[in-house]
Amino acid sequence: MTLTTATTRPVERASGPPGRGRPADRGAWFLVLPALIPILVLSVGPLLYGIALAFTDSQAGRTEPTQWVGALNFQDLLHDTLFWDSFRIGLLWAVGVTVPQFLLALGLALLLNQNLRFRWLARALAIIPWAMPEVVVGIMWRLVYNPDAGILNETVRDLGLGDGRDWLTGLATALPAVIVVGIWAGMPQTTVALLAGLQNTSPELHEAAALDGAGAWGRFRAVTWPALRPVALAITALNFIWNFNSFALVYVLTNGGPGGRTRLPMLFAYEEAFRYGQFGYAAAMGCVMVAVISVILAFYLVGRLKGGDES
Amino acid sequence: MRPSRPARAGQYLALLAYLVFLAFPFLWLISTAFKPPRELASLHPTWIPKDPTLANFRQAFDEQPLLRAAANSVLVAVCAALIAVVIATPMAYVMARHRSALSRAATGWVVVSQAFPFVLLIIPLFLILKNLHLINSLPGLTMVYVVWSLPFALWMLVGYVRAVPPELEEAAAVDGAGKLRTLVSVTAPLLAPGLVATALFAFITAWNEFFFALVLMKTPERQTLPVVLTHFLGAEGVADLGPLAAAAFLATLPSLVIFALIQRRLTGGMLTGAVKS
Repeated sequence: MTLTTATTRPVERASGPPGRGRPADRGAWFLVLPALIPILVLSVGPLLYGIALAFTDSQAGRTEPTQWVGALNFQDLLHDTLFWDSFRIGLLWAVGVTVPQFLLALGLALLLNQNLRFRWLARALAIIPWAMPEVVVGIMWRLVYNPDAGILNETVRDLGLGDGRDWLTGLATALPAVIVVGIWAGMPQTTVALLAGLQNTSPELHEAAALDGAGAWGRFRAVTWPALRPVALAITALNFIWNFNSFALVYVLTNGGPGGRTRLPMLFAYEEAFRYGQFGYAAAMGCVMVAVISVILAFYLVGRLKGGDES
Repeated sequence: MRPSRPARAGQYLALLAYLVFLAFPFLWLISTAFKPPRELASLHPTWIPKDPTLANFRQAFDEQPLLRAAANSVLVAVCAALIAVVIATPMAYVMARHRSALSRAATGWVVVSQAFPFVLLIIPLFLILKNLHLINSLPGLTMVYVVWSLPFALWMLVGYVRAVPPELEEAAAVDGAGKLRTLVSVTAPLLAPGLVATALFAFITAWNEFFFALVLMKTPERQTLPVVLTHFLGAEGVADLGPLAAAAFLATLPSLVIFALIQRRLTGGMLTGAVKS
């Protein structure tokens, strides 16, 4: 179907007058369909279906037909302390990764914007965390954190700081340990985005500010930050959302343990859906996560509009 | 302006700290992959294996169907990448050239889709694919990956299309070429490097993906490499470190090589995406 429209339409168009400027949008439709149909069928559709499932008692392998239960799943969620624990851990993890990562990446981007000698090496090495499958990142850090054969404990021992510990299974250390991995894994993207933003600031402005007697901090506030703000805001909002939704890294590192201390909302929902077969309930969890993310996106958009007013 | 000497020293120190932080886990992975069991069991692990061996790699292939998993990954990722680029290019073209309600909606969708919690998507996808008998099927997974890589592919391609001057297309239109002819004979050749970069990126996205594959692929013969890698971890989280490291190292190589090739273009694409939109 798509194919036939795609081949006949341009012939019709070609016979018409070759006007300058933007051709009518009608002719553009057939170009959009090949991507639009899969998007609607496999992305937008399932998303709406998923929201609908949240209001049903859908379960895996059940013989009775699925029924509407209204807001029952959401009522149950309200009283599910395990879910709110995981929600709290998810927020803690997302903030714990996003904020330090942003500050480190900002410092690093400012550094790499200087004319330093081994800048290229940083660029070359930055490929590693960026390109690695998350599963491999998780495995790699498990080797680092390994209580006996890991390099971290060996370093701790070498420095005379004790015998080291089992970082990923300790109740107090597990979440900080996975947060460090999260920071490591996302550093390059954040840095590159900020570096791109920095390259938007004009050197002339910097020099003018310097002539006016502005110090490094003054120049950063007056020149660098205003230019960097839109990129910084975008990458922070996206990082927060990605982290809040993340799964693979923590699944491999701790699988939510010890005692649920690193059970992110996605891990919780995954278990609920594919281990216990509670599709409706897990979908309701997904809806709550979407609600939170929408709030964050709204903040981002508001911040962006404000930034637009200033400039 | 030249910074002062101590400031410069501080900068290099900070750079060094970053390079160490970035590199050490990876170096440790490589080191572990080449260590014989005796050294792995040692209570004082060393950075460089004293007695490097390839035994871990052989054992890794013996323990898990790695070749099969890699073949599955390659197949799914290549198909997904090709299909994604072929169907995304015309749409990206329209998004870049026309400011219509449609392209605005598409741009909005690209942003919003980045924010989906996948659990809300995977449950219905699982049910739909189950009804179509496409669970545990490579074509089913490929379909999911196509749609999953579309947002970023569109994002990148829009940037590349904008870089092609519209005057060239208008000239072709004056010569009587239709929309599709213009797209194929004028725009596509100029886009070629961007198309390749986008396809490679979509390939890596699929090659690295874990969550969908974990849910959708049930039997070891159909599973992709990231899923099979987690089997090395064992039920209790006790792992045979050497083969685990060896397999993980091998699984990274393709993406590292491809990323090294397209890194410049990718940053360029992200740059235009982040700044212009």
